[in-house]
Amino acid sequence: MKVHVDMNLCQAHGECVFAAPDVFELHDDDSLTWVEEVGEDRRAEVEQAAQVCPMMAIKLEG
Amino acid sequence: MRIVVVGASLAGLRAAQALRAAGHEDEVVVIGDEARRPYTRPPLSKELLVGDHTVEQCDFPSDEVDVEWRLGAAAVGLDRTAREVVLEDGARVAYDRVIVATGCRARRWTGPGAELEGLHTLRDLDDALRLRAALTDGRPRVAVVGAGFVGAEVASTARRLGLDVSLIDVAPHPLLPLGPVLGGRTGGMHRERGVDLRLATGVKGFEGDERGRVRAVTLADGSLVEADVVVVALGAIPNTDWLAGSGLTLDPGLVCDATLTSVDDPDVLGAGDVVSWPHPLADDETIRVEHWTNAAEQGAAAARNALAPPAERTPYRAAPYFWSDQYDTKIQAVGLPGRAERIELVEESPEGDRLVAVGVRDGRVVAAIAFNAVRRLAWYRRQLADPPAFESLLAAVAEDPRSLGVPAGVAR
Repeated sequence: MKVHVDMNLCQAHGECVFAAPDVFELHDDDSLTWVEEVGEDRRAEVEQAAQVCPMMAIKLEG
Repeated sequence: MRIVVVGASLAGLRAAQALRAAGHEDEVVVIGDEARRPYTRPPLSKELLVGDHTVEQCDFPSDEVDVEWRLGAAAVGLDRTAREVVLEDGARVAYDRVIVATGCRARRWTGPGAELEGLHTLRDLDDALRLRAALTDGRPRVAVVGAGFVGAEVASTARRLGLDVSLIDVAPHPLLPLGPVLGGRTGGMHRERGVDLRLATGVKGFEGDERGRVRAVTLADGSLVEADVVVVALGAIPNTDWLAGSGLTLDPGLVCDATLTSVDDPDVLGAGDVVSWPHPLADDETIRVEHWTNAAEQGAAAARNALAPPAERTPYRAAPYFWSDQYDTKIQAVGLPGRAERIELVEESPEGDRLVAVGVRDGRVVAAIAFNAVRRLAWYRRQLADPPAFESLLAAVAEDPRSLGVPAGVAR
Protein backbone atom coordinates (compact mmCIF):
# COMPACT_ATOMS: atom_id res chain seq x y z
CA MET A 1 0.00 0.00 0.00
CA LYS A 2 1.02 3.62 -0.58
CA VAL A 3 1.34 6.12 2.26
CA HIS A 4 0.73 9.82 1.61
CA VAL A 5 1.22 12.58 4.17
CA ASP A 6 -0.12 16.02 3.36
CA MET A 7 2.72 18.18 4.63
CA ASN A 8 0.49 21.26 4.45
CA LEU A 9 -1.55 19.66 7.23
CA CYS A 10 1.21 17.91 9.21
CA GLN A 11 2.09 19.70 12.44
CA ALA A 12 4.60 17.14 13.69
CA HIS A 13 2.51 15.77 16.53
CA GLY A 14 4.52 12.58 16.26
CA GLU A 15 1.53 10.31 16.81
CA CYS A 16 2.28 8.37 13.62
CA VAL A 17 5.84 7.73 14.81
CA PHE A 18 4.41 6.09 17.90
CA ALA A 19 1.89 4.04 15.99
CA ALA A 20 4.24 2.92 13.19
CA PRO A 21 7.87 3.58 14.18
CA ASP A 22 9.27 1.66 11.17
CA VAL A 23 7.29 3.75 8.71
CA PHE A 24 7.38 7.30 10.06
CA GLU A 25 10.38 9.14 11.44
CA LEU A 26 10.78 12.54 13.08
CA HIS A 27 14.08 14.33 12.71
CA ASP A 28 16.01 16.71 14.93
CA ASP A 29 14.45 19.73 13.24
CA ASP A 30 11.03 18.13 13.95
CA SER A 31 10.46 17.43 10.25
CA LEU A 32 8.80 14.15 9.23
CA THR A 33 9.87 11.52 6.71
CA TRP A 34 8.11 8.26 5.93
CA VAL A 35 8.29 5.09 3.83
CA GLU A 36 6.01 5.65 0.84
CA GLU A 37 5.42 2.03 -0.11
CA VAL A 38 4.79 -0.45 2.70
CA GLY A 39 3.96 -4.15 2.75
CA GLU A 40 0.81 -5.86 4.02
CA ASP A 41 2.59 -6.73 7.27
CA ARG A 42 2.57 -3.02 8.14
CA ARG A 43 -1.08 -2.40 7.27
CA ALA A 44 -2.47 -2.49 10.81
CA GLU A 45 0.08 -0.09 12.24
CA VAL A 46 -0.14 2.33 9.32
CA GLU A 47 -3.94 2.37 9.57
CA GLN A 48 -3.55 3.04 13.29
CA ALA A 49 -1.17 5.93 12.47
CA ALA A 50 -3.75 7.43 10.10
CA GLN A 51 -6.46 7.15 12.75
CA VAL A 52 -4.49 8.87 15.49
CA CYS A 53 -3.15 11.71 13.35
CA PRO A 54 -4.84 14.78 14.85
CA MET A 55 -4.49 16.64 11.56
CA MET A 56 -5.95 13.83 9.40
CA ALA A 57 -2.87 14.30 7.22
CA ILE A 58 -2.19 10.62 6.46
CA LYS A 59 -3.92 9.00 3.49
CA LEU A 60 -3.52 5.36 2.51
CA GLU A 61 -3.98 3.92 -0.92
CA GLY A 62 -4.30 0.29 -1.91
CA MET B 1 -25.01 -8.66 18.40
CA ARG B 2 -26.39 -5.16 18.00
CA ILE B 3 -24.03 -2.45 19.21
CA VAL B 4 -25.23 1.07 19.89
CA VAL B 5 -22.72 3.90 20.19
CA VAL B 6 -24.09 6.93 21.99
CA GLY B 7 -22.17 10.03 20.92
CA ALA B 8 -21.20 10.92 17.36
CA SER B 9 -17.97 12.78 17.86
CA LEU B 10 -14.40 11.47 17.68
CA ALA B 11 -14.71 8.64 20.23
CA GLY B 12 -18.01 7.46 18.76
CA LEU B 13 -16.69 7.58 15.21
CA ARG B 14 -13.51 5.68 16.06
CA ALA B 15 -15.60 3.11 17.93
CA ALA B 16 -17.82 2.58 14.89
CA GLN B 17 -14.81 2.27 12.58
CA ALA B 18 -13.06 -0.18 14.91
CA LEU B 19 -16.15 -2.39 15.15
CA ARG B 20 -16.16 -2.77 11.38
CA ALA B 21 -12.37 -3.11 11.19
CA ALA B 22 -12.62 -5.98 13.70
CA GLY B 23 -15.04 -7.75 11.37
CA HIS B 24 -18.27 -7.08 13.26
CA GLU B 25 -21.02 -7.59 10.68
CA ASP B 26 -24.16 -7.09 12.76
CA GLU B 27 -25.96 -3.82 13.25
CA VAL B 28 -24.15 -0.75 14.54
CA VAL B 29 -26.15 2.38 15.39
CA VAL B 30 -24.46 5.71 16.18
CA ILE B 31 -26.60 8.23 18.04
CA GLY B 32 -25.69 11.93 18.11
CA ASP B 33 -27.40 15.04 19.46
CA GLU B 34 -26.00 17.30 16.73
CA ALA B 35 -27.46 16.97 13.24
CA ARG B 36 -23.96 16.89 11.70
CA ARG B 37 -21.69 13.95 10.99
CA PRO B 38 -18.57 13.79 13.23
CA TYR B 39 -16.05 16.62 12.95
CA THR B 40 -12.74 17.40 14.62
CA ARG B 41 -12.79 20.02 17.36
CA PRO B 42 -9.21 21.28 17.84
CA PRO B 43 -9.53 23.77 14.92
CA LEU B 44 -12.61 25.34 16.55
CA SER B 45 -10.44 27.49 18.81
CA LYS B 46 -7.76 28.08 16.16
CA GLU B 47 -7.88 27.49 12.38
CA LEU B 48 -11.67 27.66 12.03
CA LEU B 49 -12.00 30.58 14.43
CA VAL B 50 -9.36 32.63 12.63
CA GLY B 51 -10.80 31.75 9.21
CA ASP B 52 -7.97 29.55 7.86
CA HIS B 53 -10.16 26.43 7.79
CA THR B 54 -13.65 25.97 6.43
CA VAL B 55 -16.34 23.95 8.19
CA GLU B 56 -15.84 21.17 5.62
CA GLN B 57 -12.15 20.92 6.50
CA CYS B 58 -13.20 19.98 10.04
CA ASP B 59 -15.36 17.06 8.89
CA PHE B 60 -13.99 13.57 9.53
CA PRO B 61 -14.26 11.28 6.54
CA SER B 62 -17.25 9.15 7.58
CA ASP B 63 -19.06 8.22 4.35
CA GLU B 64 -17.36 4.84 4.13
CA VAL B 65 -18.37 3.89 7.68
CA ASP B 66 -21.18 1.39 7.27
CA VAL B 67 -23.37 2.17 10.28
CA GLU B 68 -26.84 3.58 10.93
CA TRP B 69 -26.52 7.23 11.93
CA ARG B 70 -29.26 8.52 14.26
CA LEU B 71 -28.33 12.19 14.33
CA GLY B 72 -30.16 15.23 15.67
CA ALA B 73 -31.79 13.55 18.67
CA ALA B 74 -29.97 13.35 22.00
CA ALA B 75 -30.11 10.27 24.20
CA VAL B 76 -32.08 11.08 27.34
CA GLY B 77 -32.05 7.75 29.11
CA LEU B 78 -30.59 4.26 29.32
CA ASP B 79 -33.09 1.55 30.23
CA ARG B 80 -30.87 -1.36 31.23
CA THR B 81 -33.80 -3.64 32.01
CA ALA B 82 -35.30 -3.30 28.54
CA ARG B 83 -31.77 -2.84 27.07
CA GLU B 84 -32.76 0.29 25.19
CA VAL B 85 -31.37 3.77 24.71
CA VAL B 86 -34.16 6.35 24.98
CA LEU B 87 -33.96 9.36 22.65
CA GLU B 88 -35.41 12.83 23.20
CA ASP B 89 -37.87 12.32 20.34
CA GLY B 90 -39.30 9.33 22.18
CA ALA B 91 -37.64 6.67 20.05
CA ARG B 92 -36.10 3.66 21.82
CA VAL B 93 -33.03 2.00 20.31
CA ALA B 94 -32.42 -1.59 21.39
CA TYR B 95 -28.87 -2.74 22.15
CA ASP B 96 -26.96 -5.83 23.11
CA ARG B 97 -23.93 -3.76 24.01
CA VAL B 98 -23.73 0.01 24.29
CA ILE B 99 -20.69 2.29 24.09
CA VAL B 100 -21.12 5.58 25.94
CA ALA B 101 -19.21 8.33 24.14
CA THR B 102 -21.26 11.43 24.98
CA GLY B 103 -18.28 13.64 25.80
CA CYS B 104 -18.49 16.87 27.73
CA ARG B 105 -20.19 20.21 27.49
CA ALA B 106 -18.78 23.63 28.33
CA ARG B 107 -19.32 24.84 31.87
CA ARG B 108 -21.44 27.99 31.68
CA TRP B 109 -21.38 31.12 33.79
CA THR B 110 -24.34 31.13 36.19
CA GLY B 111 -23.48 34.22 38.27
CA PRO B 112 -24.49 37.86 37.83
CA GLY B 113 -24.93 38.85 34.18
CA ALA B 114 -25.40 35.29 32.91
CA GLU B 115 -28.44 36.42 30.87
CA LEU B 116 -26.50 39.05 28.89
CA GLU B 117 -26.02 38.86 25.15
CA GLY B 118 -22.40 38.56 24.07
CA LEU B 119 -21.38 35.77 26.45
CA HIS B 120 -19.95 32.78 24.59
CA THR B 121 -18.76 29.29 25.40
CA LEU B 122 -16.82 27.16 22.93
CA ARG B 123 -17.46 23.46 22.55
CA ASP B 124 -19.18 22.60 19.28
CA LEU B 125 -19.18 23.87 15.73
CA ASP B 126 -22.20 26.14 16.20
CA ASP B 127 -20.47 27.76 19.20
CA ALA B 128 -17.38 28.35 17.06
CA LEU B 129 -19.35 29.86 14.16
CA ARG B 130 -21.26 32.15 16.54
CA LEU B 131 -18.01 33.24 18.17
CA ARG B 132 -16.34 33.76 14.80
CA ALA B 133 -19.24 35.94 13.69
CA ALA B 134 -18.95 37.99 16.88
CA LEU B 135 -15.16 38.38 16.58
CA THR B 136 -15.36 39.53 12.96
CA ASP B 137 -18.25 41.99 13.46
CA GLY B 138 -16.37 45.30 13.63
CA ARG B 139 -13.55 45.44 16.13
CA PRO B 140 -14.92 44.09 19.40
CA ARG B 141 -12.97 44.17 22.64
CA VAL B 142 -12.62 40.60 23.82
CA ALA B 143 -12.44 39.26 27.37
CA VAL B 144 -11.61 35.61 27.92
CA VAL B 145 -12.55 34.27 31.33
CA GLY B 146 -10.41 31.25 32.16
CA ALA B 147 -6.79 30.87 31.03
CA GLY B 148 -6.82 27.11 30.53
CA PHE B 149 -6.07 25.56 27.15
CA VAL B 150 -9.27 26.68 25.40
CA GLY B 151 -9.15 30.18 26.90
CA ALA B 152 -5.47 30.70 26.10
CA GLU B 153 -5.96 29.46 22.52
CA VAL B 154 -8.95 31.74 21.98
CA ALA B 155 -6.93 34.68 23.31
CA SER B 156 -4.12 33.80 20.90
CA THR B 157 -6.56 33.55 17.98
CA ALA B 158 -8.27 36.83 18.85
CA ARG B 159 -4.85 38.55 18.87
CA ARG B 160 -4.17 37.07 15.42
CA LEU B 161 -7.40 38.76 14.34
CA GLY B 162 -5.92 42.00 15.63
CA LEU B 163 -8.38 42.43 18.49
CA ASP B 164 -7.82 43.87 21.96
CA VAL B 165 -7.88 40.93 24.35
CA SER B 166 -8.01 40.54 28.12
CA LEU B 167 -7.30 37.11 29.57
CA ILE B 168 -8.62 36.65 33.09
CA ASP B 169 -8.05 33.85 35.58
CA VAL B 170 -8.28 33.38 39.32
CA ALA B 171 -5.05 31.33 39.14
CA PRO B 172 -1.66 33.11 39.33
CA HIS B 173 -0.66 31.92 35.83
CA PRO B 174 -2.27 30.45 32.70
CA LEU B 175 -2.42 26.66 32.08
CA LEU B 176 -2.61 25.79 35.77
CA PRO B 177 -1.75 22.06 35.41
CA LEU B 178 1.59 22.90 33.78
CA GLY B 179 2.87 24.59 36.94
CA PRO B 180 4.26 28.06 37.65
CA VAL B 181 7.41 27.92 35.45
CA LEU B 182 5.72 26.88 32.19
CA GLY B 183 2.53 28.74 33.10
CA GLY B 184 4.62 31.84 33.75
CA ARG B 185 6.30 31.50 30.37
CA THR B 186 2.94 31.10 28.70
CA GLY B 187 1.73 34.20 30.47
CA GLY B 188 4.83 36.05 29.24
CA MET B 189 4.08 34.88 25.70
CA HIS B 190 0.57 36.36 25.86
CA ARG B 191 1.80 39.59 27.44
CA GLU B 192 4.47 40.03 24.73
CA ARG B 193 1.76 39.65 22.09
CA GLY B 194 -0.23 42.43 23.69
CA VAL B 195 -2.78 40.50 25.76
CA ASP B 196 -4.00 42.29 28.88
CA LEU B 197 -3.44 39.55 31.48
CA ARG B 198 -5.53 39.73 34.65
CA LEU B 199 -4.33 36.96 36.90
CA ALA B 200 -4.97 35.91 40.49
CA THR B 201 -8.35 37.60 40.42
CA GLY B 202 -11.76 36.03 40.12
CA VAL B 203 -14.74 37.28 38.16
CA LYS B 204 -17.65 38.79 40.14
CA GLY B 205 -19.97 39.11 37.18
CA PHE B 206 -20.79 40.91 33.95
CA GLU B 207 -22.32 44.33 33.36
CA GLY B 208 -24.66 45.03 30.49
CA ASP B 209 -25.84 48.09 28.63
CA GLU B 210 -29.46 49.22 28.32
CA ARG B 211 -30.02 46.78 25.43
CA GLY B 212 -28.95 43.82 27.51
CA ARG B 213 -25.58 43.42 25.80
CA VAL B 214 -22.44 42.73 27.83
CA ARG B 215 -20.17 45.77 28.17
CA ALA B 216 -17.76 44.85 30.98
CA VAL B 217 -16.44 42.14 33.25
CA THR B 218 -16.36 43.03 36.96
CA LEU B 219 -13.44 41.45 38.77
CA ALA B 220 -13.23 40.40 42.41
CA ASP B 221 -10.51 43.01 43.02
CA GLY B 222 -13.04 45.71 42.13
CA SER B 223 -11.61 46.53 38.70
CA LEU B 224 -13.57 46.57 35.47
CA VAL B 225 -12.55 45.11 32.09
CA GLU B 226 -14.53 46.57 29.20
CA ALA B 227 -15.58 43.98 26.65
CA ASP B 228 -18.06 43.54 23.80
CA VAL B 229 -17.45 39.80 23.48
CA VAL B 230 -16.85 37.54 26.47
CA VAL B 231 -15.64 33.97 26.12
CA VAL B 232 -16.34 31.90 29.21
CA ALA B 233 -13.71 29.13 29.21
CA LEU B 234 -14.18 27.55 32.62
CA GLY B 235 -13.75 23.92 31.71
CA ALA B 236 -16.12 21.13 30.80
CA ILE B 237 -18.68 18.87 32.45
CA PRO B 238 -19.19 15.24 31.38
CA ASN B 239 -22.48 14.57 29.61
CA THR B 240 -23.85 11.89 31.92
CA ASP B 241 -27.14 13.53 32.95
CA TRP B 242 -28.92 11.13 30.60
CA LEU B 243 -27.53 8.21 32.64
CA ALA B 244 -28.82 9.57 35.97
CA GLY B 245 -31.62 7.02 36.30
CA SER B 246 -29.67 4.10 34.86
CA GLY B 247 -28.14 2.85 38.09
CA LEU B 248 -24.64 3.18 36.64
CA THR B 249 -21.96 4.69 38.89
CA LEU B 250 -21.19 8.29 37.89
CA ASP B 251 -18.46 10.47 39.44
CA PRO B 252 -19.76 12.51 37.38
CA GLY B 253 -17.98 10.64 34.55
CA LEU B 254 -19.07 7.09 33.73
CA VAL B 255 -17.01 4.98 36.13
CA CYS B 256 -15.34 2.10 34.29
CA ASP B 257 -12.71 -0.53 35.03
CA ALA B 258 -9.33 -0.70 33.29
CA THR B 259 -10.95 -2.23 30.20
CA LEU B 260 -13.35 0.74 29.77
CA THR B 261 -16.24 -1.45 30.93
CA SER B 262 -18.78 0.06 33.34
CA VAL B 263 -18.12 -1.18 36.88
CA ASP B 264 -21.83 -2.03 37.09
CA ASP B 265 -22.64 -3.64 33.76
CA PRO B 266 -20.44 -5.66 31.37
CA ASP B 267 -22.68 -4.67 28.44
CA VAL B 268 -21.98 -0.96 28.95
CA LEU B 269 -18.60 0.42 27.89
CA GLY B 270 -17.31 3.97 27.61
CA ALA B 271 -14.87 6.00 25.54
CA GLY B 272 -13.49 9.53 25.54
CA ASP B 273 -14.01 12.57 27.76
CA VAL B 274 -16.97 11.01 29.55
CA VAL B 275 -15.06 8.05 31.05
CA SER B 276 -13.47 7.76 34.48
CA TRP B 277 -11.13 4.78 34.52
CA PRO B 278 -8.18 3.63 36.61
CA HIS B 279 -4.79 4.49 35.14
CA PRO B 280 -1.38 3.06 36.12
CA LEU B 281 0.25 6.53 35.98
CA ALA B 282 -2.31 7.61 38.58
CA ASP B 283 -1.53 4.63 40.85
CA ASP B 284 -4.72 3.06 39.49
CA GLU B 285 -6.92 5.84 40.77
CA THR B 286 -9.59 6.86 38.28
CA ILE B 287 -8.89 9.74 35.94
CA ARG B 288 -10.85 11.50 33.22
CA VAL B 289 -9.00 12.82 30.18
CA GLU B 290 -10.45 15.49 27.91
CA HIS B 291 -8.06 15.25 24.98
CA TRP B 292 -8.33 14.40 21.29
CA THR B 293 -5.99 11.40 21.21
CA ASN B 294 -7.58 9.81 24.25
CA ALA B 295 -10.99 9.98 22.58
CA ALA B 296 -9.61 8.53 19.33
CA GLU B 297 -7.77 5.65 20.98
CA GLN B 298 -10.41 4.85 23.60
CA GLY B 299 -13.13 4.76 20.96
CA ALA B 300 -11.25 1.99 19.16
CA ALA B 301 -10.25 0.21 22.39
CA ALA B 302 -13.81 0.23 23.79
CA ALA B 303 -15.11 -1.13 20.48
CA ARG B 304 -12.67 -4.04 20.46
CA ASN B 305 -13.54 -4.79 24.08
CA ALA B 306 -17.27 -4.58 23.36
CA LEU B 307 -16.86 -7.46 20.91
CA ALA B 308 -15.08 -9.61 23.50
CA PRO B 309 -16.52 -11.43 26.50
CA PRO B 310 -15.71 -9.53 29.75
CA ALA B 311 -12.90 -11.90 30.79
CA GLU B 312 -11.03 -11.37 27.51
CA ARG B 313 -11.06 -7.57 27.43
CA THR B 314 -7.79 -5.61 27.34
CA PRO B 315 -6.93 -2.74 29.68
CA TYR B 316 -6.46 0.70 28.14
CA ARG B 317 -3.33 2.20 29.68
CA ALA B 318 -1.77 4.55 27.13
CA ALA B 319 -0.18 7.67 28.62
CA PRO B 320 -2.44 10.60 27.65
CA TYR B 321 -1.09 12.95 24.96
CA PHE B 322 -2.28 16.48 24.29
CA TRP B 323 -1.16 19.64 22.60
CA SER B 324 -1.97 23.31 22.41
CA ASP B 325 -0.97 25.87 19.78
CA GLN B 326 -0.50 29.42 20.96
CA TYR B 327 1.15 32.01 18.69
CA ASP B 328 4.27 30.27 17.33
CA THR B 329 4.64 27.86 20.23
CA LYS B 330 3.47 24.27 20.07
CA ILE B 331 2.94 22.93 23.56
CA GLN B 332 2.82 19.13 23.73
CA ALA B 333 2.49 16.94 26.77
CA VAL B 334 2.33 13.29 27.68
CA GLY B 335 1.30 11.73 30.95
CA LEU B 336 -0.58 13.41 33.76
CA PRO B 337 0.85 16.90 34.49
CA GLY B 338 -2.19 17.68 36.63
CA ARG B 339 -1.18 14.96 39.10
CA ALA B 340 2.41 16.13 39.44
CA GLU B 341 3.47 17.69 42.74
CA ARG B 342 5.99 19.81 40.89
CA ILE B 343 6.99 20.56 37.30
CA GLU B 344 10.77 20.76 36.70
CA LEU B 345 12.48 22.25 33.67
CA VAL B 346 15.02 19.66 32.45
CA GLU B 347 16.20 20.82 29.01
CA GLU B 348 16.19 24.11 27.22
CA SER B 349 17.77 25.44 24.05
CA PRO B 350 20.25 28.33 24.49
CA GLU B 351 17.77 30.60 22.69
CA GLY B 352 15.08 29.64 25.19
CA ASP B 353 12.51 28.88 22.48
CA ARG B 354 12.51 25.10 22.94
CA LEU B 355 12.28 23.25 26.21
CA VAL B 356 11.19 20.11 27.99
CA ALA B 357 9.90 19.89 31.55
CA VAL B 358 8.74 16.90 33.55
CA GLY B 359 6.05 16.45 36.17
CA VAL B 360 7.16 14.61 39.31
CA ARG B 361 5.06 12.85 41.91
CA ASP B 362 6.48 10.80 44.79
CA GLY B 363 9.89 11.12 43.14
CA ARG B 364 8.66 9.50 39.93
CA VAL B 365 8.19 11.12 36.52
CA VAL B 366 4.46 11.12 35.61
CA ALA B 367 4.43 13.68 32.79
CA ALA B 368 6.60 15.45 30.24
CA ILE B 369 5.82 18.77 28.59
CA ALA B 370 7.60 20.18 25.55
CA PHE B 371 7.55 23.62 23.98
CA ASN B 372 8.51 23.31 20.28
CA ALA B 373 10.38 20.05 20.86
CA VAL B 374 8.33 17.11 19.61
CA ARG B 375 11.33 14.96 18.77
CA ARG B 376 12.63 15.21 22.32
CA LEU B 377 9.19 14.55 23.73
CA ALA B 378 9.09 11.21 21.91
CA TRP B 379 12.02 10.03 24.03
CA TYR B 380 10.27 11.07 27.26
CA ARG B 381 7.09 9.42 26.12
CA ARG B 382 8.86 6.09 25.87
CA GLN B 383 10.20 6.52 29.42
CA LEU B 384 6.65 6.91 30.74
CA ALA B 385 5.83 3.30 29.87
CA ASP B 386 7.85 2.47 32.99
CA PRO B 387 8.02 5.78 34.88
CA PRO B 388 11.61 6.44 36.00
CA ALA B 389 12.75 8.15 39.18
CA PHE B 390 13.33 11.86 38.57
CA GLU B 391 17.05 11.58 39.46
CA SER B 392 17.73 8.74 37.02
CA LEU B 393 15.88 10.59 34.27
CA LEU B 394 18.04 13.66 34.93
CA ALA B 395 21.17 11.52 34.70
CA ALA B 396 20.02 10.04 31.38
CA VAL B 397 19.27 13.50 29.97
CA ALA B 398 22.68 14.80 31.09
CA GLU B 399 24.38 12.09 29.04
CA ASP B 400 22.13 12.44 25.99
CA PRO B 401 23.86 14.32 23.15
CA ARG B 402 20.43 15.17 21.73
CA SER B 403 19.42 17.10 24.86
CA LEU B 404 18.50 20.69 24.07
CA GLY B 405 20.88 21.89 26.81
CA VAL B 406 20.89 22.75 30.48
CA PRO B 407 18.18 25.27 31.31
CA ALA B 408 19.49 28.73 32.19
CA GLY B 409 19.58 29.37 35.92
CA VAL B 410 19.35 25.69 36.82
CA ALA B 411 22.35 24.39 38.78
CA ARG B 412 23.11 20.88 37.56
